[in-house]
This record gives sequence, structure tokens and C-alpha cells, in this order.
Amino acid sequence: MKKEDRQAKKQKVRIKPGRLARREAVTGLVFVSPWILGAAIFLVYTMGSSFWYALNNIRITPLGRLFSFVGVGNFTQILLVDTDFTPQLVSYITSTVLSVPIIVVFALIIAMLLNGNIKMKGFFRLIFFLPVIVVSGPVMGMLTEQGAATISTIDTQAIGSAIGSFLPTGIADAITDLFSSMITVLWYSGVQILIFLSALQKIDGAMYEAAQMDGGSGWECFWKITLPTIKPMILLNVVYTIVFISGNEQNSIITLIQDSMFSGTKEKGYGYASAMAWLYSLVVVLIVAVFAALLMARKDVYERQVRKAKRERKKEARLVKKIERRGIRNARKIEKARTKRKYSTYDGSGDY
Amino acid sequence: MEKDKIKRFFLGSKEREGFLKQFVVYALLICIGFIYLYPILYMLSSSLMTLDDLLDSSVNWIPSSFNFNNYAQAGASMDFWKSLFLSIIVAGAPTLLNVVSCSIVGYGLARFEFPGKKVIMGIIIFSFILPSQVTMIPTYVLYSNLGILSTLWAFLLPSLLAQGINSSIFILIFYQFFKQVPKVLIEAAQIDGAGYFKSFVRISLPSAAPAILTVFLFSFVWYWNESYLTRMYVSGVMTQSGWTTLVVQLQKFAANYNSYAQTAASGAVTLNESISMAGTMLSILPVLLLYFVLQRYFVESIDRVGITGE
Repeated sequence: MKKEDRQAKKQKVRIKPGRLARREAVTGLVFVSPWILGAAIFLVYTMGSSFWYALNNIRITPLGRLFSFVGVGNFTQILLVDTDFTPQLVSYITSTVLSVPIIVVFALIIAMLLNGNIKMKGFFRLIFFLPVIVVSGPVMGMLTEQGAATISTIDTQAIGSAIGSFLPTGIADAITDLFSSMITVLWYSGVQILIFLSALQKIDGAMYEAAQMDGGSGWECFWKITLPTIKPMILLNVVYTIVFISGNEQNSIITLIQDSMFSGTKEKGYGYASAMAWLYSLVVVLIVAVFAALLMARKDVYERQVRKAKRERKKEARLVKKIERRGIRNARKIEKARTKRKYSTYDGSGDY
Repeated sequence: MEKDKIKRFFLGSKEREGFLKQFVVYALLICIGFIYLYPILYMLSSSLMTLDDLLDSSVNWIPSSFNFNNYAQAGASMDFWKSLFLSIIVAGAPTLLNVVSCSIVGYGLARFEFPGKKVIMGIIIFSFILPSQVTMIPTYVLYSNLGILSTLWAFLLPSLLAQGINSSIFILIFYQFFKQVPKVLIEAAQIDGAGYFKSFVRISLPSAAPAILTVFLFSFVWYWNESYLTRMYVSGVMTQSGWTTLVVQLQKFAANYNSYAQTAASGAVTLNESISMAGTMLSILPVLLLYFVLQRYFVESIDRVGITGE
């Protein structure tokens, strides 16, 4: 019995792929090979050498690029000496952390409005998606420069002073900035609206009907049906928004990186810019990770119960196994005892 | 009775929504829609103004006379037709390669099982999150070593290897789409004697027309709007190559215009807001037209293809 068991286990592990499966795997790799090659060159190699650059001071001479190893010198220079980078990084972080929720919530609201039973749906979708088509660094730069990115009739000053009265100045300033660049913020939510819209359309209408029959209001339906169903889309949109904001040319840090890359001064240059880019990317990835952790942390009730049940089942199985083992052990003990003093005791079986 | 009717009209009943709710919804939509359109309307109106209209505070939205001269001057200073032609090439050629390479890679990931697939998917998502600034400098060095810096090849090479701008998204779009193609269809083709590649080209690819269109449109628009990398790799930061795009031209608009105004004999006026806005309008006009012609596909494509990645 035991031996068989072990054999079965062994067989399960060692399933050899058939010839067809192996050929499929090879073909699959052939199909993906352009990407693998590309990733090797444009991701692995470049990231590696970018890290190497970041540890060096690179000067461009007529003889070529001159490397001199400085260790973490570039990083300390950026963080401790550079007067531009740290403040801009901080302002980037605050503005991202503030505007990402606004963009996503706003996109959700518009998507829900559009998902309702309204006329001229196509027309409104056309308008809300328009910014995706025209938004680009120089165009946004031009528009902000000419003041077209703020609606002059909204008095941002009043809002700012109202907020400043009960919040610390740092946060209040950030919020005021947010209001004054409201259009920019709204313009970044085109793709997000569409993603939410397509997710909303996939929700089964029968669920709402069932909820309504049980007396659920629209408000409750939103929190208990809509939101849990589109939760993965929220995460997707948050990630998309962060990536979009950080790659956008309106972002002053990436301009700073480019400037220091081509700056002729002794301590700046490729190495310095690489170190900057690494710090910046670290921050971006961290922001994504924090948002992802926040959004994934809260499991809903159903999931929690499922996990609890699973845990209990496991516990039970463990207990059963324990009892079984004990039984086997005891049986063996009895057997041993029986063979030892074969005719000495009465074990209740009837034969002496 | 009458009162009840009015009440039902405003607040609605189980069957239909009330007037009040509908009013709020439409009001919100129109307000937000106006905010969305505001910059473009502003751009359009001020690009048609004369200098007098700009300074006249009584002229708010509608200029007293349509001044198309702004467009003529902005267009001349941007070298509009040549830039337009080059922009179409700079955005179009990598886009075509992107469609080819991303569809192949997406198909490979969707159709075949092989070890390390999960890792590859993970790296694809990671490369989407990673800002391009990290890899930018070594890539720049690499291109200059290969001698393809400031040529179109600097855009073509990565997109050929499925590493262009936002290629990760396109791979995922194709992956999503090819997953929906029933496997039976491909197996039937293989029983009839089609090889792996042939069944891809003849069966899967034709059914993926919506995905191809989506990827094409988005890739085109994103390459069109990309100014940072275009300036870096293709048109050159320090030195000027022959390549340029309308968006890059717009970035240097003020400098370009001033040098144009100095050389132009035909009484070019000094740079003002109207001309800047006309230049901005010109640079987005081609994609705007593309959008209005193909808007159905743009907006519906995300629904159909499911960029949503469930």
C-alpha cells in the first residue's frame, strides 16, 4: 500500500512532455524570440550598463568616453548637493499621490454617468477620449503657457486660501496647484474612462435586479456590486495613470535628467544622469507598489470566508492525519507486542 | 392625482428615471464635457484672432474677423508640409513594425505553452512600469555606437524587437485577443496540413483585425505625440538630423518662428499668442482629423479587444 503510494507520487512528478508538447514549446519560444532578444538588448543590457554608468563619472573626450569609478558619489551628489532634484522629486511625489486618486475617481464617475441610459452616448465618449489623441508634451506646454489649461472663471486663489486655513501649507499648496491645473488632471483620464466603461458594461445586469428585489438601493448596489466587480480595473487604472504621469514630458524630472545628460559640466554627464534616472525609477516603482499594496490588501468578505474555510479544512485534515498516524503506530505496537509474546496474552481475537 | 403625476415626473418611478436625475446627469456630462473641450476651443478661437482682437478685452471668444494669416505664418515657420510628411513616416514606420512584432509575440504567448512563460509575462508588465529614463542613456550610447543615432533606425530597431514605445501594452492586447480565438480552429488547420506559422498568418491574423486596428491607431498616435524620445534618438538634441516631426517643431516653435520672422521678407509680425496657438493647432490637426474619421474604431476598440486584461 505504502509502496504503491510512493510510486504514484513519483509518477505524478515525472510526466515527460510528449514530442508534440515539446515541439509546441519550441515553436512558442521561436514566436516569442524577437521579444526575448529585444528584452536582452533593450532591458537587461541597458539596465545593467545604466547601473554601471550610475557608479561612474563619465566624461566625453575626443578619445571616447572616459570612465572613472566614483561608487555612490553620484547619488550623494544628487541627494545632498543638487538643488534641483530633491525638491522636484518631492513635488512630483506629492502631485502624483494626490492626482492619481482624483483621476481614477473622476474617470469612474464619468464612466458611470456614460454607462447609464443616456442619449448621445457616442458623442460624449468622443469628447472624453479626445485628450488621449492630442495630449503631448509640447502641446500641453503650449497650452499651459498661454493659460488655456486653467479656466479663468474658477477662482483658484479663494479655494487655496480656504484650504490653507485648516491644512498645513505644504499640502495646501499642492492642492491649490491641483486646482489650478485641473484641466491637465482631467485630460489625463481618457483611457481610464474607457477601461472603466468596458468593465462596467460587462457586469451582469441580473445582479442589480436581484439586489433591487432584495431592497438594495442604488448606493448600496454601487458599494456592494459595482465596486468589488471592477476592483481589478481600479488597480489597472492606477498603474496606468502613474506610468503615464511619470513618462509625460510635462514632468520636470525627466527634463532634468535629459539636461544633466547633455550638460558639459565636470560632475554631471551620463553617469550623473543615470544615477538620477535610477533614483527616479525607484520612486516610481515604489509608488506603484504602494498603491498596489493598498488596493490589494483589502480582501472582501467572501474571499475572507473562503480563506477561513480553507484554513479550517487544512486543520481538520491535519488532525485526521495525526489520528491516523497514531492509529498506525498503535497497531504496530500491538503487532510487535503480539509477536514478542505470542501466546502469553489474550488480545481478544479468540485464538490462543 | 395631478400632484402624483408631477412627483413621478421629477423623481421617477421604478420603471423610468425621473427628470431630476436625468437633468443632473446631463448637466454634469455637459459641464465636464465643456471642461474637456475648453483648451481646444480656446486654441481654435484665439488662433483665428488678430492682434487687435487679442488685446481687446471685449472680444472674448468669437474673433471680429477670421484671421487665417496666423495659420499661414505658423505653417511657414514650421515648414508644415515637409514636417507633416516626415511625421507620418516617423510615426507610421515604427507602428507597422510594432504591429508585426507584437502580434507575433502575443500569439506565441497566447497559443503555446513553454517553460518560463509566466516569467516573461512578469517582465513585460515590469517593463511597462519601468520609466524609460533608466534605459535611455545606455540606449543612446548603443545607438551612437551602432551609428544609427539620428536616423529612423533608432525607432525601427526597438519596434522590430517588440520594445518600442508602449509595446508591452500592445503585446498584452494581442495576447488577450489571440486567447479568444478557439484553439480548435487552429488544430483543424493543422490537420489540414498547415504549419505553425501558416496557421498563424492564415487563420489567427485575419480574425484579429480589430486588435490590429487598435494597436495601429494607438501606436501611431503615441509615436506622433512622443517628443522626448523623438528628439533624443531621431531628430537629435545637440545636432540636427534631417528628421523632424510636427510636435518636435512645436517644441522649438518660438525659436523657429523668430528666425523665420527675421529672414522672411514679407512683413511677418512678431510672435504672438495667436500664432503660437495656430502652430499648436496645426501640429494636432492631422491626428485630430484621423480621430474624427476613425473615432468609432478608436472608442469601440477598447471594448472589443479588452485592453482591460482580466
